[in-house]
Amino acid sequence: MEEERSENMMSKLLVRLNSTARHLLFRVVSTGPIPQHIAFILDGNRRFAKKWNLTEGGGHKAGFLALMSVLKYCYEIGVKYVTVYAFSLDNFNRRPDEVQYVMDLMQEKIEGFLKELTLVNKYGVRVLFVGDIERLYTPVRVAAEKAMEATAHNTTTYLLVCVAYTSSHEIPRAIYESCEEKSGVTRVTMNGNGYGNGDDHEVGIKVVDLEKHMYFRVAPDPDILVRSSGETRLSNFLVWQTVNCVLYSPKALWPEMGLWQVVWGILKFQKNYKYLEKKKKQA
Amino acid sequence: MPLSSHVLHSTPLDARSLLNMGVTEDFRRTFFRTTAKDNVMFILLWHVLHLILRVIYLAQEVLHAIQSYLITNGFVTTYQDLNLERVRYLAIVIDSDEARQISEVIQLLEWLSAIGVKKVCLYDREGVLKRSQGVIMERFSSAYLSNEDSKIDPILSKTQLKIEFEFVSISDGKEAVAKAANVLYNKYYLDGDTEKPFFTEADLSEALENLEPDPDLLLIYGPARCHLGFPAWRIRYTEIVHMGQLKHKKYGLILKAIHKYTKVKQNYGS
Repeated sequence: MEEERSENMMSKLLVRLNSTARHLLFRVVSTGPIPQHIAFILDGNRRFAKKWNLTEGGGHKAGFLALMSVLKYCYEIGVKYVTVYAFSLDNFNRRPDEVQYVMDLMQEKIEGFLKELTLVNKYGVRVLFVGDIERLYTPVRVAAEKAMEATAHNTTTYLLVCVAYTSSHEIPRAIYESCEEKSGVTRVTMNGNGYGNGDDHEVGIKVVDLEKHMYFRVAPDPDILVRSSGETRLSNFLVWQTVNCVLYSPKALWPEMGLWQVVWGILKFQKNYKYLEKKKKQA
Repeated sequence: MPLSSHVLHSTPLDARSLLNMGVTEDFRRTFFRTTAKDNVMFILLWHVLHLILRVIYLAQEVLHAIQSYLITNGFVTTYQDLNLERVRYLAIVIDSDEARQISEVIQLLEWLSAIGVKKVCLYDREGVLKRSQGVIMERFSSAYLSNEDSKIDPILSKTQLKIEFEFVSISDGKEAVAKAANVLYNKYYLDGDTEKPFFTEADLSEALENLEPDPDLLLIYGPARCHLGFPAWRIRYTEIVHMGQLKHKKYGLILKAIHKYTKVKQNYGS
């Protein structure tokens, strides 16, 4: 019994030390500029499952654990917006049983989240599901809409979960909505004056009009885009929004991601901060 | 670091666990308990941290230089046999300030031509390369290729093949998509009540009127690993590699980047 108690005390002490060391590290790192928005591509769950002889589902579950850690570190260090690429429209091409598994997992996690709403709202996390939500399986969509509604008034930190999203879908959709908006305006002007205002046709749709209709109008452009597993492509994610964004590809598979990758990513951002600020001003 | 099995089999983390980790409380504890003297210490430590970072990057540069030397001079033969068929279209992003060193740009293009790359898309944000189009095209016109070059630069002793160029700048990015939006508007919205389709990827691709394919591989020459506004629609599935600054470019590292690309297997999400 004595041994057990002292073992417990030891582990509690180690946890405390670990936590303090982490806080000190964050305090040092945040002396420099901290990114406002970090985006993550959660790549490597299946490879992780293969590596450790788990079922594919086990890989996704391990990925979820890593996601919780990474989110915690981001919010602790002061990042306001975190975006995660949870499910791409391209992923619907996977085997139906895998798609079903991921949908079920998402539903389970969102419903778990909904059970803790008082705590969530206390910490001010606003959750947004970004993408073609209609494509999600109904129970997931319903849970997602509930979660968005329940956290709508929070403003401390934002979690943007990209589901059924690709830039290939986002950009044409923004064009469609801009066209719809413009034709609505033109129709109104025509009814008012009797004939169309000639200027409308000359002005045309501008970049700002398109950006008003993008899914990501709810957040500033990302400062860092992290893709795990060492892959170096964007895979149809945030291609429009990454004009001045640092791209970081750590070799760790997503379930292996943790504190060091978050810190390293932020240090890379700080290293390039002055250069990218200069580029933003020149635009 | 691999997750040990006992973590995987324990109760899965959920929202309660995340929040019980006391996110905001930790934040407060970390940031609001320090004094002015502590601040000076933290600033010093931050500078030390970034100094260490710079040393690490310097060491990496040295290693790259050695590696490139070994590859260029044939000591490492892994990268000699490139499967160039896979690189149908190579894109280069250069920081605009660095792009003003036209001689460096031309040397880079000469290397690419020596490797056997046939189609290159050159991008810089401000259009410096577009404005230097004349100089670059002249250098690569067949009349100019002579034996003089191979004496100066051993890399050019290999046969120089003709190389096709495309010059792109920031106006070909978001602005081009806005133009395409107007094309689509004029096509579907101006004649009263014709059917207005929900625009698809194909509609936008057509409206962009770009006849060139999407690049397979994008090499970035500049201080940061950032594509600086390369036309978004064309790099959705492009592999992106940061090569460092243009003045420190290395032939061996280009071979390595191309070789690595030819080994990549994309699932395209499925």
